[in-house]
Amino acid sequence: MNPTVNSTTAARLDALRGGQPPVNHTARTLVGLSANPGCSRRALLDACGADKGKVARQAGYPWPFGQSPFALSRGNAFERQVKEHGGARLLALLRESLGLPIEQVAYIPLESVGDNANRELRYRRTRQVLAHAARGGSSPGILYDHPMLRLAVGGQLVYLEPDVIAFKIGDKFHVVEIKSFPVIDRQADGTQVAAATRQAAVYVIALRELFADAGLDPDLVAASIFLVTPKNFGNTPIATLIDARKQIAMMTTQLARMDRIETLVKLLPAQVSFDLAVDAAGVARRPQAQLAGDLRQVPARYRPECLDHCELAGLCRAEARQDDSLDVYGPGVADVLGGIGTAQTALALAEGQRIPSADQTDVARALRHAERLRTELAAGAELAGGAA
Amino acid sequence: MSTLLALARIRAARQGRAEPLRQVRHYHLVDEPLVLVTAAMAGEAAAPLACMVGTDRHRPVLLTVSQPRNRDQQQAFYAQLAAVVLPYIRRRENALQQLPTHTGKAARQRCADAPQLIVANRATVEHLRLVGRSLRFQGSREPGTTQAPVALLGRWLTFFTEQADYPGSCLLLPMTRQLAAHWASGQSALEDESLAALLAWIEPPSGLSGAEAALRTENPVEFPPAGPATDPTFDLVELEPRMRAHRHALAAGDHTSANRSAAKLERALDAQLRPTWNQLWSALALLRAIPPAARCARRWDDDRDQFTRHSLHLMHGGPPQPVHDHPVEAARRLAALERASHMFEDEQALDDPFVLAERRAAGAAFAGIVISREPDRQARSPKGRRVLRPRFTVRTDDPPPLTRDQDLLNPHRPRATARIHQITHEQSGTHLIIMEITSGMGTPSRPAADAVPELGERVCYTASPSQWAQPEFPSRDQTPWTHSHPVPPAPARDLDPHDADPA
Repeated sequence: MNPTVNSTTAARLDALRGGQPPVNHTARTLVGLSANPGCSRRALLDACGADKGKVARQAGYPWPFGQSPFALSRGNAFERQVKEHGGARLLALLRESLGLPIEQVAYIPLESVGDNANRELRYRRTRQVLAHAARGGSSPGILYDHPMLRLAVGGQLVYLEPDVIAFKIGDKFHVVEIKSFPVIDRQADGTQVAAATRQAAVYVIALRELFADAGLDPDLVAASIFLVTPKNFGNTPIATLIDARKQIAMMTTQLARMDRIETLVKLLPAQVSFDLAVDAAGVARRPQAQLAGDLRQVPARYRPECLDHCELAGLCRAEARQDDSLDVYGPGVADVLGGIGTAQTALALAEGQRIPSADQTDVARALRHAERLRTELAAGAELAGGAA
Repeated sequence: MSTLLALARIRAARQGRAEPLRQVRHYHLVDEPLVLVTAAMAGEAAAPLACMVGTDRHRPVLLTVSQPRNRDQQQAFYAQLAAVVLPYIRRRENALQQLPTHTGKAARQRCADAPQLIVANRATVEHLRLVGRSLRFQGSREPGTTQAPVALLGRWLTFFTEQADYPGSCLLLPMTRQLAAHWASGQSALEDESLAALLAWIEPPSGLSGAEAALRTENPVEFPPAGPATDPTFDLVELEPRMRAHRHALAAGDHTSANRSAAKLERALDAQLRPTWNQLWSALALLRAIPPAARCARRWDDDRDQFTRHSLHLMHGGPPQPVHDHPVEAARRLAALERASHMFEDEQALDDPFVLAERRAAGAAFAGIVISREPDRQARSPKGRRVLRPRFTVRTDDPPPLTRDQDLLNPHRPRATARIHQITHEQSGTHLIIMEITSGMGTPSRPAADAVPELGERVCYTASPSQWAQPEFPSRDQTPWTHSHPVPPAPARDLDPHDADPA
């Protein structure tokens, strides 16, 4: 399927899921990959298309994730509003707020091809239409609504659906991302902007791939993206041009890493599987402990931030706690105690019951000092308690 | 983070219970705080869903909105909230204290007490900031007219959230931050943002470890989130269907069933907010049990000054806080924030041996034994006068202090400040620090009795808070071009909070 992953690896990745169909990647899940790039467990489960939420639940560590229906409906309503009247509002926005020389505009909805909404068909139609426009030279401006892009990630083809692609602004195709989080007094929430930019960066990469496939110059796609968001507390949209070069570079690296999943797969013991098959009574065929055990065969890199964006977080946290890892306390602790892996070691060094290795000398000195201060405090507290 | 704090988190996890980090409480608590639990509508900038508010644990006021996107209902909600919050503030505005002239400052008035808002977490502070921003420009600003209560509420909320940025300020306290300042849990700082989880570590139910108890709080059915964000499943299963039923009943003109669904909605929201409400009061009781730090009172004086100032500003018809600071205001604010941050850290170290130990672990303070002293040492001042400049030498096991050009203070002899003159490293790994007393030592003819520590005395030195003076700012005509507007800022047009077409 994917030229960069050989067939044995692809077969192994398929087998890892057991009989389950692969989950669909979206731009959102691809962005999730960049959240913790060092985590092999997540990389492998994503690459084989396992449903991480289900896997975590069946391994005994369900992790609640969800989007409120209110947030969803607000997002959809805002997008509809921005696009209404054949994109007239969006066009006016791009033209006025950014002072762009876009004159005439055609609006091409690519949401479905005929009655058939098959994703591959939609992708081909998008490619045909975009390639035609790119070759057409001096065609008027066009807004493409919900085009379908395709990207090979790990062993899978991932279909992606940007909100809008605008052509042409300064002779380039631009990705337009519509988000419903507000920009208040010209300031938006940093995390949300970062996530939206990364998501748009994935679209840029997919769009470039499409042009390369069609024998066109990938640089026809601009490295900056438009973010359309509501202004202040109302529904008036505003557009912001964001330079996404850094995010594009980062996501390209991430996606390339997914293609190198082979090395990970090769290291995997033969019996490892994330099969979730259930019997006729709906009971999982594999015992919970077995699935959890297989997951543990793949090294994870737990960070407390995982709790915000990975379905496996509950499992990895429990594992880190069980392993006495310092990772459960967060980056602050891990930084101060650099070079020490477990709480046990830290305490032994602090209490002088363990000889530090060469690279632990400084940390060990600091720990022993801290322990001395602690003893002093305890003695002082006793004194104070005795006096009172 | 210091090594001591890292160790405290590890110990907490080991013993299955949070480890105390402070000997005294560094935040002033008033007798009657106003506690607020808020829930906001997901996906909206600042649409209110519900609020539980009050000064009595047993009699909270519950305010709810059945159609949060409806602007009229939002206004009605905020009018109700204003009817609770504004009288609470007004009662404190009216009791004034007369302050006599003091070291160059003219006599002035200060409110005898100030309001104190208690919320669950920092996310709620940010939510109230947005609410304040969305309300404070509302209505008429013609001179001579009275401000609408909702706009006034917006201005006060903005005031409180701005004050919450200042370290040590106690006008608006996010509870998770208070608890995390006084206890180290055995989990990450990120997880400490959950009030229920943090409380589980501090007081785990019998038979459970802190980690087990904290794990239980992650079940949103038993422990609804502390807000302002609600649980997405709650939104889907309870909130959405009830709102829809209410809307349809209203559209059909069926007021009986509309009232019924509104009542159901209210009950559902009550059940979401009440656990947090109770947790906040339990947390308050935990904090109250810690004796207050000596310098708490001074910081509360500052808070009352700020409150008095804003109250007078409102009384004199001053404009609402601008959307963006004027450059001079921004510079002032930055300086004040820095000062507050330094002062708070230094004052805590003087009040609390735990904080002092943290500073020693981080190399910002040191303790040791006096091994020699020259109490009568004299020097010539720049003007040629003979002045007393006693010196003494301290041997310390602590890492040598990182900063040298600071006024240091011994918490046990707080009248004299000293500076480090010289540090020498010894073979054994200890350090000899020669200290010179720079103030509070008296004159050659009348030396202060207790300025110089005795031989063999155990001393400890940490930064003196009094060195953080308010910086002087140039007058307006002396302000450099970097901080002045070429033209006075025009009243921005986008001050309307809802920016045209409410769709």
